[in-house]
Amino acid sequence: MTDVLDVARIKADFPIFEREVNGKPLVYLDSAASAQKPRAVLDAMEYHHRHHYANVHRGIYTIAEESTAAYEGARAKMARLLNAGSTNEIVFTKNITEAMNLVAYSWARRNLGPGDVVVITAMEHHANVVPWHILVEERGIDLRWIPITEDFQLDLADLDRLLDGAKLLSVTAMSNVLGTLNDIRLLADAAHAAGALVNVDAAQAVPHLPVDVEAWDADFVGFTGHKMLGPTGIGGLWARAELLEAMPPFLGGGEMITDVRFDGFEPNEVPWKFEAGTMPFVEASGLAAAVDYLGALGMDAVRAHEKSLTDYALRALEERFEGRLHIHGPSDVERRGGAISFAFDRIHAHDVAQVLDEDGVCVRASHHCAKPLMRVLGVPATTRGSLYVYNDESDVDTLVESLAKAEKFFAI
Amino acid sequence: MPGLEDLYREIILDHYRAPRNRGELPVPPAAKAEGFNPLCGDEVVVYLALDPETDVVRDVKIGGQGCSISQASTSMMSAAVKGKPVEEARRLIRAFKALMSIHESKLEGESDGSDLSAELEGVRLGDLEALQGVVKFPVRIKCATLAWNTLQQGLDELEPADA
Repeated sequence: MTDVLDVARIKADFPIFEREVNGKPLVYLDSAASAQKPRAVLDAMEYHHRHHYANVHRGIYTIAEESTAAYEGARAKMARLLNAGSTNEIVFTKNITEAMNLVAYSWARRNLGPGDVVVITAMEHHANVVPWHILVEERGIDLRWIPITEDFQLDLADLDRLLDGAKLLSVTAMSNVLGTLNDIRLLADAAHAAGALVNVDAAQAVPHLPVDVEAWDADFVGFTGHKMLGPTGIGGLWARAELLEAMPPFLGGGEMITDVRFDGFEPNEVPWKFEAGTMPFVEASGLAAAVDYLGALGMDAVRAHEKSLTDYALRALEERFEGRLHIHGPSDVERRGGAISFAFDRIHAHDVAQVLDEDGVCVRASHHCAKPLMRVLGVPATTRGSLYVYNDESDVDTLVESLAKAEKFFAI
Repeated sequence: MPGLEDLYREIILDHYRAPRNRGELPVPPAAKAEGFNPLCGDEVVVYLALDPETDVVRDVKIGGQGCSISQASTSMMSAAVKGKPVEEARRLIRAFKALMSIHESKLEGESDGSDLSAELEGVRLGDLEALQGVVKFPVRIKCATLAWNTLQQGLDELEPADA
């Protein structure tokens, strides 16, 4: 296979791959949980700390202005990555969970009441489930679920009925468990036709695919930095400017105001209205470096690399284990990304992951914060290997060999 | 670095592959207790019948599903307490939990482990000692203790522990 990415060179950009685990090279297959960091990201944060560390938007002095410029520069880079109409449509948050909660607390509490319908899907991460459950309890909203088909796609047979009268469709662009890619444009068109807005969980999509919020015709899109080679502690929400303008503040505090009196306050302008307190501006510099890094690779190339590597992995797993290992996700790589969940019939996910760890192979064994989906799949947990720019066929080969060892070890 | 053989001792794999005392008992007179580890989906069911005359654990049946450690630990627990006086079963629970927590409390600097060692004084754990390797893998400790916490629930239901 000729790879569109030079993985050996990319791997050399990530200091963590200099270490070993149990005397073996690190095979990191858990990027869907959190991605490793290239030196450029670490350097950018260190540079910010060492060179112009000062709180943003506050000081009238050189380094504070530089710090602010770096923070706002990160916003602009993120806006360009997502093809946002305006830089000010990017609100920084702690992570995508906070971004989803921003939609639920600010937009939904202003706009939804008893009986109002929010539609989500059976493949959502808890971050796009629990905020709505809270609104069911608190506001009496009605939560409807789009089911999934046997081939791990959204079952859109009843979509029109489910969207009838809905105020919001909140859906993931790519399942963190199944790898399934959802057709956001098609869903957005259906939702808008029904009069509903569209909120997209793009935690898994932004790191791995070209994302264009205009082409999606979405209304809200959440992302998180640490899954896209950036640091923890920063994520964000893109939303159409007029929605952000009309939304009330979420968290109250410093920076999100223009005036505070004894009898009230005036909120700041968008997006700072939603950025209360000292924000993770050093992490924003790291995120900006991650955006640059991904930009230099090209998101089309990232997607092409992962598509061919996912195809290689699916074939290798199928050839080696045939029917003994079940892959919970689509087989067509056009319709899926590189998060690959699987389960042996007789071996628990934790036991599999334990054996893999001995070979330096990092996979996730859990419900992946998607318990409703686990119920649909009928399993308590799956093992998930997920691919990214620094993985190649040798990583997949090691995974397969290590799985064979686990199968032998637990042979009944 | 602890290896797989520290965790998956042969006797553990044997209990995992061929669990003892699987089945159910009529409730009542037996008690049924269920334990759940929501993080990994381990599930343990313990049926417990006591002989009221002698205060002995007359019969134990187990069920559930989960990883090898949780299921082997359940099987080993059932073999260890069946036919034993309730008082001894309770002592085993305390001793097993002490075995699992000494390492952790030393790591956290809460204790030098001597208070926990007292729980282990004079208790013969036998095969259960094979599970000691689990403490080198801290995330798996809950898998091993689930059976014992569930047994305790069952015992408490049948005869509440002395305060």
